[in-house]
Amino acid sequence: MSSNFYVSPEQLMQDRAEYARKGIARGRTLVALAYDEGVVFVTENSSRTLYKTSEIYDRIAFAAVGRYNEFEALRVAGIRLADIKGFQYAREDVSGKPLANAYSQALGASFISDTKPFEVELVIAQVGVATSEPTSTRHELFHITYDGSLNDASSYVVIGGDTEPLRSALETSYSPEMDRQAAVRLAVTLLRNNSQRPLAADDLEISGLDATLPRRRFFRLTPSQISPLIG
Amino acid sequence: MQHFSSDSPAIALNVLASGALNHTSSFFDVLHTQAPHALTALTSPEQFGNSSLAKLSVEGTTVLALVFDGGVVIAGDRRGITGHLIARSDMRKVFPADAYSAVAISGAAGPATDLAKLFATELEHYEKVEGHTLSLDGRATKLAAMVRAHLPLTLQGLIVVPLFAGFDPHSSTARIYEYDPVGGKYLATAYAASGSGSLIAKGTLKRVHRATVSEHQAVMTALDALADAAEADSATGGPDQLRNIYPLIAVIDEHGYREYETTQVAPIVAQVFVQREQ
Repeated sequence: MSSNFYVSPEQLMQDRAEYARKGIARGRTLVALAYDEGVVFVTENSSRTLYKTSEIYDRIAFAAVGRYNEFEALRVAGIRLADIKGFQYAREDVSGKPLANAYSQALGASFISDTKPFEVELVIAQVGVATSEPTSTRHELFHITYDGSLNDASSYVVIGGDTEPLRSALETSYSPEMDRQAAVRLAVTLLRNNSQRPLAADDLEISGLDATLPRRRFFRLTPSQISPLIG
Repeated sequence: MQHFSSDSPAIALNVLASGALNHTSSFFDVLHTQAPHALTALTSPEQFGNSSLAKLSVEGTTVLALVFDGGVVIAGDRRGITGHLIARSDMRKVFPADAYSAVAISGAAGPATDLAKLFATELEHYEKVEGHTLSLDGRATKLAAMVRAHLPLTLQGLIVVPLFAGFDPHSSTARIYEYDPVGGKYLATAYAASGSGSLIAKGTLKRVHRATVSEHQAVMTALDALADAAEADSATGGPDQLRNIYPLIAVIDEHGYREYETTQVAPIVAQVFVQREQ
């Protein structure tokens, strides 16, 4: 007969959180910014096939940092959830909040009960329909951490790697009236400063949601589209 | 295994199912395992007994597709019938499946419309999960499997026969696929038609149509063939100038799928009628 050593719940949670945080901090930083007509994700990624960002539904997009195999499973589950809901009801009934809640529940449950917590952090972005309303009320960014904590922002979210310097820089330099080019420039400048690397178009993954597009609003920029934007 | 459920009790998703080797990019398969009640209308085998359901449904159609130089035209009449009655005169029988392909449906309207919607979701789902679109032939094969899955209802009289047309922007080729009620898939050379008036329409297409014509000529031929079908088949509706209802015309070429406005179709119909009087 075997007996386990006693470990206090506080210690257990702390160990798990530390484990997950370490994994996530090893990766590259990803910036999600709301601009006047949409949301843009900018991150360092030299792969042209293994992406960290994805379309989920008409107005919803996904961005993640951490372990690829883990967030890929979460991405596919999110697309399934959205497509099933849209098929059973109507396209406009699919929104970001229930999806963010579902991710939060799944990550929260896994953090407590699985052998190993997910080493991922996610952003679920949703753009509103193009109107004259100000950006702050039109676009939403949901930030979900490895333990299922859920926060929402209407301006920017920084995940992965060393986030603190970028967050404090954005506090002073972010403006919701930026257009897409200004938002991309700002994000790339901050990522360059943070990583101390020159980051050319080939090293960057830039995608997002453009509220002015019809129906499916997700876009992904190719290196040739990125070059003129970042100068 | 973690389950994650949304606000709707009807939907519960398995987060880690996709991490296993039984991973699927098919929305049809996902729906089968995770929300089978949403598919009842399409594939239910037993609950209707042996009575024929055909007399309860809206049917009757001529839909057709023609290859032209640089693309493909896909078109359909607008009439829906229940027995001897005209149930609708503004039915939509042509549906975009994705940016470069479309489905036209004939047979029982309810299941056929559901099939078109499910097929479009299937293609979008695959594209999002895999990161690229299915090949034209892959899309056509998937549609055949969905028609086959509908077989139980076909045997009870609710026949669904689609027509699939698309354009491959990489190879610049347009293709049309025909189906039979049990899921057979056939690549058509220059044209295809389906529905109760299709035999008549095919006669016109066979005589008049060549795959090398221009888009405008192909649209004229499509309207000509539909007019012939409407004259001889009571279940196919002709152009209704009084109420401004015209056949639905869609074109797929290198720029993708687009539909003609009523204001674009009306003058071409007039042109076709002038030609027919000569």
